[in-house]
Amino acid sequence: MTRKTVLFDEHKRLGAKIVDFAGFFMPVSYKGINKEHVNVRTRVGIFDVSHMGELVITGPQAGEAVDHILTNAVARVKPGRAVYSPVCYPEGGIVDDMIAYKVADDNYFICVNASNTDKDYAYFKEHVKGFDCELTNRSAEFSQLAIQGPNAQALMARFFGEDTVAMRPFRHKGVTLYGKDVLLATTGYTGEQGYEVYMPNDVVLRFFRELLEKGEDLGVMPIGLGARDTLRMEMKYCLYGNDIDENTTPLEADLAWTVKLDKPDFIGKDVLVQQQQQGLKRKLVAFVLEGKGIPRHGYKCLVGDREVGVVTSGAMSPMVKKAFGLGYLTMEFTEPGSEFDIDVKGLFRTRARVVKPPIHKNV
Amino acid sequence: MSVPQEYRYTETHEWVKVEEGGIVTVGITDYAQEQLGEVVSVELPRVGDEMQKGEVLGMVDSQKASSEVFAPVSGLVTEVNEVPDEDPAVLNTDPYDEGWLAKIEMETPDELDDLMSAEEYEEYLGNLSEEE
Repeated sequence: MTRKTVLFDEHKRLGAKIVDFAGFFMPVSYKGINKEHVNVRTRVGIFDVSHMGELVITGPQAGEAVDHILTNAVARVKPGRAVYSPVCYPEGGIVDDMIAYKVADDNYFICVNASNTDKDYAYFKEHVKGFDCELTNRSAEFSQLAIQGPNAQALMARFFGEDTVAMRPFRHKGVTLYGKDVLLATTGYTGEQGYEVYMPNDVVLRFFRELLEKGEDLGVMPIGLGARDTLRMEMKYCLYGNDIDENTTPLEADLAWTVKLDKPDFIGKDVLVQQQQQGLKRKLVAFVLEGKGIPRHGYKCLVGDREVGVVTSGAMSPMVKKAFGLGYLTMEFTEPGSEFDIDVKGLFRTRARVVKPPIHKNV
Repeated sequence: MSVPQEYRYTETHEWVKVEEGGIVTVGITDYAQEQLGEVVSVELPRVGDEMQKGEVLGMVDSQKASSEVFAPVSGLVTEVNEVPDEDPAVLNTDPYDEGWLAKIEMETPDELDDLMSAEEYEEYLGNLSEEE
């Protein structure tokens, strides 16, 4: 059954186009994907991302458990830091990608993809066995808003004060909102300065409305999942199910920086060490189209008659007005400047060129 | 949802306007553009292309989806609209006039009889929304 976030009626009231995403009725856009995208890059936007899942691990060996399951190193960072990380199967494929917030040495708050929450919870449950810690799936208790864009800090200061919100990227702290404890983090999925706030369900409607009211002079706008997708694509941020899945490894996904092979142990380490030693066969790149069309998930990449890769995501950049995408290419074509063709449903071929992200800055 | 009376329609949401001299103008309907959302790119055939009815005439892309446009009749492409190339959103704002896609010189004018009238297309859309 498709679920609703607390803000469902509010989205409808604002005229959002609603879609079923990962089992939730979510706003795909309010005023148009392109307009919303540009607004986040130039002003500030508010995203309801309450569909995302939240897992909490506490206890004396919580840090060891998290470091055993995630490929990145979380236990050794200071409390108040956030860490992006994949989780792998023993075979090296990706279970999910997530952000882990270290609250304390014995307390970790992990935000996972909505589409994977149940799968992740089961996987974590299996793999925390043997560690002295407790795992809870608290997804139903939390709503989450993302406040993203160059004016995000000014807007958030109106709620929490300038000093509280002046934080470097990938930090977090506990703050009070309408008398409730919330987690305020400088994380996001847009490439802009911004925040993600995890809060109890009963304060999200008030916060959402007040953000839109108090931010009017800052150009605030509600943003749907459509622009969330195009924003993350311009940054070459992966979307699970599109760019990464059980058949891709973090190394292939160009996420080597999130795989800490110096950790004594984590799930999938053996395979990833081997893959690194043997060298990759393919890697995820960003590219722009020189020709017509929009690249879509599953389109083939060709050089002459040779198949050299596959498209995993694509869109029209609302910033530079060029079609672009992400895809896995055979290693010899992954350097910026490399050219290849994309086969559009067997109808025509269009020329593409590998570029270094972010797309909106480098094209 | 607007459905001009004088046009004819396909089940895949193309419209056909019969011009003089066996020429038809082809585009996508208001329903089609609304389903797609903001159109960001349009790919059209070349003038001189021979199309068979049901063949892919072009593609219309929004941020979320790419959709094929099928030739509603067989014939020779005599003209393509240059406007959507510069301004793809014209398919959203004016799908029945400025947002036309191509003109085809019909090979078999009888094929027009297979298309729906405005009334039939409206009924067809009504059934679609009931199924949803």
